[in-house]
Amino acid sequence: MDEPNQFLPRAGLQTLIDRLNHAFDRCLGPVVLDGIVQMRPLSRVEQLPAGHHDHQAPGSYRMTRDDGTRQFDWANGPQALKPLLFTPEEPLWRVDRDDTGRLAFTPHNPMRQRTAVIGARACDLAALRLQDQHFLHGEHPDPYYGARRDGLFLVAVDCSHPTDTCFCASSGDGPGCGDGADIVLTELDDGFLLRGTSDPGRAMAASLGLAAATTAQRQAGRERIVAAAAQQRALPDADLSAVLFARQDHPQWARIADRCLACGNCTAVCPTCFCHRSQEDPVLGGSHSEHLRLWDSCFSPGHAYLHGAHLRESIRDRYRQWLTHKFGGWVTQYGRSGCTGCGRCISWCPVGIDVTAELAALTEATK
Amino acid sequence: MTMANPYLPLSARVLERIQESPTLFTLRLELTDPKAQAAYAFAPGQFNMLYLHGVGEVAISIVSDPTEGQVIDHTIRAVGRVTHGLAKLRAGDHLGLRGPFGRGWPMGQAQGRDLVIVTGGLGCAPVVSAIEYVLRRRDDHGRVNIVQGVKHADDFIWRDRYDRWAAHPRTKVLIAADVGTPLWPWHVGLVTELFDQLAFDPKHATIMMCGPEGMMRAVARDMLAMDVPDRDIWLSMERNMHCATGHCGHCQLGPRFVCKDGPVFSYDEIAELLQVKGL
Ligand code: SF4
Ligand code: SF4
Ligand code: FES
Repeated sequence: MDEPNQFLPRAGLQTLIDRLNHAFDRCLGPVVLDGIVQMRPLSRVEQLPAGHHDHQAPGSYRMTRDDGTRQFDWANGPQALKPLLFTPEEPLWRVDRDDTGRLAFTPHNPMRQRTAVIGARACDLAALRLQDQHFLHGEHPDPYYGARRDGLFLVAVDCSHPTDTCFCASSGDGPGCGDGADIVLTELDDGFLLRGTSDPGRAMAASLGLAAATTAQRQAGRERIVAAAAQQRALPDADLSAVLFARQDHPQWARIADRCLACGNCTAVCPTCFCHRSQEDPVLGGSHSEHLRLWDSCFSPGHAYLHGAHLRESIRDRYRQWLTHKFGGWVTQYGRSGCTGCGRCISWCPVGIDVTAELAALTEATK
Repeated sequence: MTMANPYLPLSARVLERIQESPTLFTLRLELTDPKAQAAYAFAPGQFNMLYLHGVGEVAISIVSDPTEGQVIDHTIRAVGRVTHGLAKLRAGDHLGLRGPFGRGWPMGQAQGRDLVIVTGGLGCAPVVSAIEYVLRRRDDHGRVNIVQGVKHADDFIWRDRYDRWAAHPRTKVLIAADVGTPLWPWHVGLVTELFDQLAFDPKHATIMMCGPEGMMRAVARDMLAMDVPDRDIWLSMERNMHCATGHCGHCQLGPRFVCKDGPVFSYDEIAELLQVKGL
């Protein structure tokens, strides 16, 4: 965070986009499509959502536009980095069977596109660090995730416009960017504070030939981040892991289950959820078959299938799995909660279930 | 970055198929690539992912002895799509195999101690591997107690195998059926009702079990009551498994991944989780 800041005038952003498109196979950035912020191929600075603002609330996501010129005055869209590395559907290998019945297994090459992304948020970086731990730092590193992760270059942007559903300040992950980016930007009215935060990032920053930021500019940047830390929602101040594992019989679980549709939206938009299932796509005739993996959710009925039965039969059991894993199990598995405070699961829940409110209810001293 | 691909099965061949009971069968496999076969090593209690062409993978415990790594035995119950398909394989047929995965039985800890090996239900493969392993190294252990429970006396198979086990020195085999028949020679009731016949020193024993979770809870409860430390009680757990590498999330039991933290756990690691329904 104490990297020296340079100043990138707003007009210079196009140069950065050009450099990234030149240095990488593709450059993605935030674009408003179908009324939501989405990561799409970015070549022109005009594609960025200048003057667009998101208004998120439990069960709702809406965008408005004014004549503002700031390009990052919004919080987030339904997806950020997760689908780029841990893809929603991916063939892992194929198997061929010859006339004698012998099998030959051939791995698919992971798509090795080297990708630069502009507009990752602090919560996205925190989620990326967790997904790296999960997919890369265990006993069996995932070569498909690893190949794409290797070619990823991130230009993150400090958050200046948290929305009502955000609580990254209380999860400890934002609004200022933590580790994991190559370049971090702080948006000011007339441009950006820019700092390289990795070797490739510093090289890219140096190539832009920018002036150092003035004290006043740096001060303005700090103030924006401090202001963005004032957020409506927060996690209860408690050892959530201990509370959740101790309260698996709490009546609140059944009350949540009355509302929860078990649709799995929360797990699909959550930037840390890693569950997936395998699927077989055999060709007619049986000479070969594709082995795929697809995103799965602990809300899907087959998630806890065992010997013809479902261990988590009720929605209560499944919601309890989701919340207990996210805020409890992760702490044992990865040393911290699996929630980075992005608020997506709140906005994209069709019935507006709010994890912060449910955690508060579960934490209350009296049951 | 080039990484080994933990998802890619090796090609394997069925050497022999043994029908153990109407729903239980054993596949004896060898890897088709001699190099892979020579490199293959496992520990008792670990499992493989077996892949049936065009259908998918399933986690199956290895029952053969680690010193005979060239022939890898799996005793399988036909209960789901993949296992019903595996049941149709015959000698010479091909399938895929990846593994071994997971943490097996604490064979190091068990050395020199009395053992109590308990299973409920039939053909519980993880426990069979432990028994065969121990009896082949009979002198490494103290007294051995094998306790087998079945639901119905008619379910009992492998009588000759139990006779063979019981013929070992300082080895006791105790059998119980929830529901007996007129000629059933053993106990009618729960396995835990046989525990007063066990020959073991609770302070210097290793308990190993697999089977229905209700049974394992009851066994653990009674063992604790007999002053067996919780760290000496070991359970082989089962959960849905898709990846076996700790990535897919299906096998989670509370904060534990059964595929990589287990499948064998000591009771102190999961005691609280076992008390919660629907985890
Ligand atoms: S649990 Fe909800 S708020 Fe937390 S990281 Fe996941 S989607 Fe974001
Ligand atoms: S178990 Fe549920 S909460 Fe945990 S990673 Fe999987 S889908 Fe997400
Ligand atoms: S089987 Fe996939 S995480 Fe354990």
